[in-house]
Amino acid sequence: MSSAENRGTVQVVKNRYKPSGKFHFPSPNTPIRNEEGSLMGVTNPRDIVHMHAYGGESIFFESLSKGKLLATRCDNPDCEEGHGSIFQPFRIHCPDCLVKATVIDMTDTAKKTSRIHTFMITERTGAFNLLPRPLKFINVEFKGVSTILMGYLCMGEPEIGMKVIPIFNTKAPTYTILDLWWVPEGTGEDQLPENFTFE
Amino acid sequence: MSRPVYLVTGGMSKFDRAFPDKRTEELCIDAFTEAAEFIGMTPYQLKKYIHSCYYGHFADHFGDQLLGEAVIHDRLGLDPLGNVGIKTGGATGGSTLWEAYKTVASGYSDCVLALGWERMDEVPTDEGNNYISCAADKDWETPLGHIYTGYYAVMAQKYWQVFGKEEDSFRRTLAEIAVKNKGYAVHNPHAQAPMRITVEDVLDSPMVAYPLRALDCCLMSVGSCAAILADEKTAFELTDNPLRVDVAAASHTLRPADRRPMEIPLLPSETREQYADLGQRFPGSDRYPGFTGFLAARMAAYYAYGMTGIHDPTEDLDLVELHDAFTISDMQTYEDIGIRPYGEGRTYVESGDCYHTNPRTGEPGKLPANISGGLIGCMHAVGATGIMQLIEVGHHLWNRWGEMHGEEKKWARFNRKKPADWQDLQVRGAKRGLAISHAGVGSHVTCTILQHPDHVLSGGTFK
Repeated sequence: MSSAENRGTVQVVKNRYKPSGKFHFPSPNTPIRNEEGSLMGVTNPRDIVHMHAYGGESIFFESLSKGKLLATRCDNPDCEEGHGSIFQPFRIHCPDCLVKATVIDMTDTAKKTSRIHTFMITERTGAFNLLPRPLKFINVEFKGVSTILMGYLCMGEPEIGMKVIPIFNTKAPTYTILDLWWVPEGTGEDQLPENFTFE
Repeated sequence: MSRPVYLVTGGMSKFDRAFPDKRTEELCIDAFTEAAEFIGMTPYQLKKYIHSCYYGHFADHFGDQLLGEAVIHDRLGLDPLGNVGIKTGGATGGSTLWEAYKTVASGYSDCVLALGWERMDEVPTDEGNNYISCAADKDWETPLGHIYTGYYAVMAQKYWQVFGKEEDSFRRTLAEIAVKNKGYAVHNPHAQAPMRITVEDVLDSPMVAYPLRALDCCLMSVGSCAAILADEKTAFELTDNPLRVDVAAASHTLRPADRRPMEIPLLPSETREQYADLGQRFPGSDRYPGFTGFLAARMAAYYAYGMTGIHDPTEDLDLVELHDAFTISDMQTYEDIGIRPYGEGRTYVESGDCYHTNPRTGEPGKLPANISGGLIGCMHAVGATGIMQLIEVGHHLWNRWGEMHGEEKKWARFNRKKPADWQDLQVRGAKRGLAISHAGVGSHVTCTILQHPDHVLSGGTFK
């Protein structure tokens, strides 16, 4: 229906979106008929490129491409509940006091303390999935971190309690969460998937 | 709340995977018409009483229609009454009732329509899975496979290892939930997926997301439900048999374990001491809320029990309709709402208490669950589901379950064959029931309590 050619791209200039290329690819409707040939409805095809702002999370996604896993920490001394809490997934604001949290680099913590809290394996995915199958979701817990992060284990068989190491798509980054994958502890650099590195 | 609220009537359309021959409004009008006829009125007569309208419709993108509520409101001919669309994921039906309830209780309206629907048949299933996964955080979780079942599968895995102690027998108990619910759907003419299956069938069904298999999962459905809530005076004008209704709601995060751990909030029948050694009895269970339960379900029950005076749901209620989006979430909910303590949910199934007729004893089940067939056997037309649950509980309290599910004309109208061994699953003497409507991985949950007006509990601490 659509061609990748001239597919829309966007820049921000003076805090305004400056799109260029094509963002929608119209196609004509087609009729839906039953076996007797009676009209039952129509198809409504469309192909659209959306834009999306990362805002305060931009630094997180940018850092993945540099081999770093960032988190945030509430450093508000007046936050009764959250002071000192580290959040991964990254939260721009402490969910208790709503003060902007401090960005911290937890790459080393992740390399040393990441364990599988739980997991699942599936061959079935929804439309638009880009990950290789079978898909192994792991929920990763870290020492000293209040929350748990969902991720993709790209090799090995997951088990609860297993130690895992983050790897990063530093060579062809997508600037999405798909730039962060996980491997079992002890995996060698030469075993990593294309474009991924330990740092 | 400032004044009591009553369920006057409810109606349901046929539920199915697809309706290529019907527009959504036709299903909504079917549901509304059944609600009117249930109390001996025409739709035109019933409409005259309505003052506010709430419409539950989870996903604009499924229906490919922004402001679909306005379309349905117009087709129902309810202009110029005020109307609002409600969207809380899987809990949309329950939340629609919550809004209707508050509107009556507050005194703003004497009679309110809560009507929900979903149209999930106009995209292929894998696109549907993608759309549902868009209810997760689109930057952090949705790209990881675009499949929502995965988010429940990780909970199933954790629960199986912690509370199920990795036992095969636990996995069989989970499967038994699907066998029960698919089996009850056989007797429900509205139901989309009745099946006579065994535990082995569930365990042999295609893997969706390990450890959850196809028959552990809810349906993707199309259909509509309508309910009328009213104040006492209006309710008794409309019918001799309105039922007292109370609805509470709670929420939690969009992803499990996304807050610092806390102590388990206690329900009226529980004590702090009973959980003191939970971590020793079930290693790995010491994080709350985590992957083994839903804080929102617990809090919705906490509020609802406080509003109505329920102390022990197993003793005070006669039946429940739970949100069995997956067999695992059904079991987690037993514990969240206090049917069983944390860690012991499986005993609700294994004891036979959850059945209409306990297969272990041949006696009536102590607290039958999901006699409609639930989301696994009956339907999950998301915006309508919570309303379906309420109507199903209502049919038992009205003592009209057999009439509403056994009528030959209805089976014929739905082009479905009534089974030769059709059973009247009426819960005899039912006076009180509960429905849980649940969204996300526990992001929104409502708890609806329905009571026969002659058997209303004396009231809880929140009165």
